[in-house]
Amino acid sequence: MYVWIWRRLPGPMPARVLQVLVLLGIAVALLFFVVFPRVEPLLPYTEVTVNQAPAATSSPG
Amino acid sequence: MTGVERVRWCLRGLGQLLITAGVVVLLFCVYELKVTNLYTQQQQHQLDKNLTQEWAATPTEPTPHLAAYEDGKGIARIYFPTLGKDQVHVVVEGVSHEDLKKGPGHYPGTDLPGAIGNMVISGHRTTYGAPFNRLDELKVGDSIVVETRAFFYTYRVTGTTVVQPDAVGETDHVPNQPNAKPTQRLLTLTTCNPKYSASTRLVVRALLEVPLAKGPGVVPPALDGG
Repeated sequence: MYVWIWRRLPGPMPARVLQVLVLLGIAVALLFFVVFPRVEPLLPYTEVTVNQAPAATSSPG
Repeated sequence: MTGVERVRWCLRGLGQLLITAGVVVLLFCVYELKVTNLYTQQQQHQLDKNLTQEWAATPTEPTPHLAAYEDGKGIARIYFPTLGKDQVHVVVEGVSHEDLKKGPGHYPGTDLPGAIGNMVISGHRTTYGAPFNRLDELKVGDSIVVETRAFFYTYRVTGTTVVQPDAVGETDHVPNQPNAKPTQRLLTLTTCNPKYSASTRLVVRALLEVPLAKGPGVVPPALDGG
C-alpha cells in the first residue's frame, strides 16, 4: 500500500518526502479532530460518574 | 503473478495494515492523554475568566437555587490545598460527556455547595486535564475548599471508598439512604478507578467544617500559605 503511494508521487526525492509529510499530517489531523473525538464516547475509559442518568431532583438546601 | 508471489503480496499488505493499526492505537493514547488536556486547559481558562467577571458584577449571593445553574456553565471553584497550590478547578454544572470535557461536573439535582445534604462532583482521572487524577492521595482530615460567589466552604475528608459503577446511592442526599432526611453538609467526589481504567469508581467523602463569607483579604486558613 505504502509502496504503491510512494511510486505514484511525482517529482524528485525531496519533493516526494515533502508530500509524504503533508499526507501524514493530513492523516493525523483527521484522526485527532474527526475520528478520535467520535470514537472516545464509545469507550469506557472516560466514565467517571456512578450513573449517567440524572439524580432525583431536590429542593435547594 | 505466480501463486507464491500472490501470497507474499498479501502477507506484505497484511503486515503494513497491522503496523498502521498499531500506530493508530498509539496515536489514540497520545490524543487521550495529551491532546485532550489542551482542550480542557483552554476551557478552564475561559470558565475561570467568566466566573471572575460574573462574581465581580454581583458579589452578593441571592438565595442560591439549583435551577439557576445552567448546564455546562461554571458554578464554583474547587481547591485541593494538600495536593498543591495549583490544584484549582472550575466546577461546571452537569455530568454529560461534553460537560466533563470542560472540568469537574456537579451532578444535577444533588445539593448546593455548603448546603445541608450532599453535593456530588465527578471529574476525569486521566484525560481532559485529569482534575481528579490525585483524588486517591487525599487522606482523612485533608481540606477541600469550594469557592462560590459569596463563600469559601472548607470541607474535611472523612473517608475514601471504591464502589461499583452502578452505586447510585452515593449521590443520595444522605448517601445510600434514599429516604433519610439529611442533617449533614456533605461533599462527594467521584472519579474512575483504577487509573487508566473504569472498572470501579473512587469515592471521596468530605464534611463541611466551616463556611467563610468572602470579603477583601479574606482567605480560608486551608488556602492560606498551604
